[in-house]
Amino acid sequence: MARIGLERLRHTYQAKPAGDADWALKEIDIQLADGGAYALLGPSGCGKTTLLNIVSGLLRPTAGRVLFGDVDVTEKPPDERNIAQVFQFPVVYDTMTVYDNLAFPLRNRGVAEASVGARVREIAELLDLGPTLRTRASGLTADGKQKISLGRGLVRSDVNVIMLDEPLTVIDPHLKWRLRSKLKELHQRIGLTMVYVTHDQTEAMTFADQVVVMHEGAVVQAGTPVELFERPRHTFVGHFIGSPGMNVLPCEVADGVARFAGQPVRTANAVAGVKSGARTEIGVRPEFVRFAAAGIPVRVVRVSDAGRHQVVETRHEDAVIRLLVDERDQVPAGTAHVSFDTEFTRLYVDGWLAA
Amino acid sequence: MRRLKWLVPTLYIAFLMLPIYWLLCMSFKNTNEILGSLTLWPRNFTLENYQKIFTDPTWYRGYINSLIYVVINTVLSIAVALPAAYAFSRYRFMGDKHLFFWLLSNRMAPPAVFALPFFQLYSAVGLFDTHIAVALAHCLFNVPLAVWILEGFMSGVPKELDELAFIDGYSFPQFFRKFLLPAIASGIGVAAFFCFMFSWVELLLAKTLTSVDAKPIAATMTRTASTSGYELGLLAAAGALTIVPGAFVIYFVRNYIAKGFSLGRV
Amino acid sequence: MKRVSQKAWWLVLPVVVLVGFNAIVPLMAVVNYSVQETFGNNRFFFEGVKWFDEVVNSPRFYGALRRQLLFTAIVLLIQVPLGMAIALAMPRRGVWASACLVLMSMPLLIPWNVVGAIWNIFALPDLGLLGWALNAMGINYNFTRQPLAAWATLVAMDVWHWTSLVALLAYAGLSAIPDAYYRAAKIDGASAWAVFRYVQLPKMKHVLTIAILLRFMDSFMIYTEAVVLTGGGPGNATTFLSIDLVKLALGQFDLGPAAAMSLIYFLIILLLSWVFYRVMTRDEAPG
Repeated sequence: MARIGLERLRHTYQAKPAGDADWALKEIDIQLADGGAYALLGPSGCGKTTLLNIVSGLLRPTAGRVLFGDVDVTEKPPDERNIAQVFQFPVVYDTMTVYDNLAFPLRNRGVAEASVGARVREIAELLDLGPTLRTRASGLTADGKQKISLGRGLVRSDVNVIMLDEPLTVIDPHLKWRLRSKLKELHQRIGLTMVYVTHDQTEAMTFADQVVVMHEGAVVQAGTPVELFERPRHTFVGHFIGSPGMNVLPCEVADGVARFAGQPVRTANAVAGVKSGARTEIGVRPEFVRFAAAGIPVRVVRVSDAGRHQVVETRHEDAVIRLLVDERDQVPAGTAHVSFDTEFTRLYVDGWLAA
Repeated sequence: MRRLKWLVPTLYIAFLMLPIYWLLCMSFKNTNEILGSLTLWPRNFTLENYQKIFTDPTWYRGYINSLIYVVINTVLSIAVALPAAYAFSRYRFMGDKHLFFWLLSNRMAPPAVFALPFFQLYSAVGLFDTHIAVALAHCLFNVPLAVWILEGFMSGVPKELDELAFIDGYSFPQFFRKFLLPAIASGIGVAAFFCFMFSWVELLLAKTLTSVDAKPIAATMTRTASTSGYELGLLAAAGALTIVPGAFVIYFVRNYIAKGFSLGRV
Repeated sequence: MKRVSQKAWWLVLPVVVLVGFNAIVPLMAVVNYSVQETFGNNRFFFEGVKWFDEVVNSPRFYGALRRQLLFTAIVLLIQVPLGMAIALAMPRRGVWASACLVLMSMPLLIPWNVVGAIWNIFALPDLGLLGWALNAMGINYNFTRQPLAAWATLVAMDVWHWTSLVALLAYAGLSAIPDAYYRAAKIDGASAWAVFRYVQLPKMKHVLTIAILLRFMDSFMIYTEAVVLTGGGPGNATTFLSIDLVKLALGQFDLGPAAAMSLIYFLIILLLSWVFYRVMTRDEAPG
């Protein structure tokens, strides 16, 4: 069990990287606390799997260091780092029983057979694999196999961190939540550091205490799910998280006031000191947009039913503004006005939250 | 011990190359020298054997004919084998086990006596002495082999991959092309090479079903071996040349054979 | 685990048509011949099982069968482990891998009569590199006169000719193993032997089945290379099933006995293959 430090990590797969685009990881510098549940969230190609492989030792970073506690493990191979990894597709030893699968890492390390038995049964109990211990691993369903994968990591008592690389990919949709809850439960019971890589925000937000959002090889924001939701530091975060994502509206800044659609918009963060020529945008989540008697004029374009609320898509000229309306309320047709909740409306400069 | 790993393929290839070296040597000698005495390399180096082959139409036509029907057969075999392999791999249907074994059983008959019925069959449908005839006839043993190989590789790809693709909205042909084929690349590579190879070397049916228009190279070579009493140098040169097209094929599919399948979203 | 669907028959239909066209009609024709006698002039007389009887009761048949079984056993025992070992030792990618693949596949591409001819010349005691070398080293070697030498040369030729088939299949099978398995094994602390036993071997089971069955069937039917190399001799020391069949058929110019013999050989191979097949695919679903 250890704190994990990632110091100034940069990585490229090219032999001679030319520009920025050749670097899979631009510069990552974060600390993961001991026993935390982390999610690396981002779209395909953002570098999260690269980062995962660097932490687990399957990849050597082009620059930077990886520290487990105070030990520099950058040069160490995976089996010396005491990590466990669960892959996207279940990886089990088909010819062995579930019992032997779980016992395998212990036997390879020379653990006495008696302790092996006890430990295997304990972990199998935890993962609800008890009844299947004597069956061949190849006979289990996908979620069973993923549990075996996970179990092989948990049996070892010296594990520092468990890395999960999109583990729910092949699980049946109606079984996903079960496995997800199981992972959360495991984390709470065992308290191991877990790093969960995914592109699915629901998985990330429900599992993790801290979500690290990545985009194009850099960490855009790291924080609790609530922080990410209410105070996104980058328009990408706002956009990626939440369904539907944050409204991002181009605006002008003049004399310390942001203006959209010719009207002044009050924002939670300060507007002063914005460089001219920078791209300025207003970011406000649909949850914090309301129909009002006066405000920004819009045309109501579409209403979709999302269960407990309705998602209303409106347009002001070319800009799209979405808002949420309770399912019981009436949605005005044709034209209307919307207003923004100041506390959750922010100004973004070149994508980043203005200081 | 691990350091010496390279020794295994090296020794093996050296063993393989010895008779091939001998073949090449013979191809550059004239028959007299070959039958005269043992010489480790050609004393009187001559290109006359190769010249004969490249200039005499009965010879080079043989290569072209063989190439034509072999390529037709390989493409055809793989094309029909792919959907069948998918069916065997992903579905259970009535008689599937028996059908699969029946396919294999077509490689189990000693060919000698079957030549005559084949001749009668293909003459009856008017395909005698065509490249198509040989290409079709070779399907007898190549299609089962292709199905067999491809089915195994397909079964190695988790079925969940199919479902994922369909959920993501890909149609079946798109899924096949974008996901499945790349995943079984090594299987396709090896199946294609084997189809090419078995069709290329098959003598009996190829000779039986052709006479002039589509006569394969192997037939020309047996003629030489038996009638004009062993023109060894010529035979050796012809033999050496038969290696060339196949070598190209395997060079072409080498990336497919050696390609790994990395688990991950494409 | 697999979906049941009769619609899958549409997917296999092209294969069935193509193979069936080539298989059924000629097979029926051969069965036809095997139960008839002809006195030329295309006149046939039904003879029932007379030919089958004759074949099954002849001692030369059993001699050929025994020799064939021995040959096939030896050849399988050498080629399968050797082919696997080579595949495991071959480089995975890069220029050396390509070179290996190309060079290895060469023996497979040579027409079988030429293979026989090469080895014939190669092994001649006076004119061939091998024959001369062996005799120069003091071994009294002459494959045209000594049964043991003939066997040894035949086996060597077959190993030379066909091991690459096993190696290529095994190599393709190995390449298809996803990286994640090796990574997981590394994380689990598995030794190289454990990786072979629990990851590589199980995943190669399918290609090995194909390789073993293919080699079994093809070696059981061996004809051209063997005939060109030894002609079945010295005497009948290397007369295997197919060679015996052709000798008989050509000798008598009679379709009846030849057809009957072909069918019997076919049935033997079918039976043995079926046994092999069941054993090797014991715990799998069809195919």
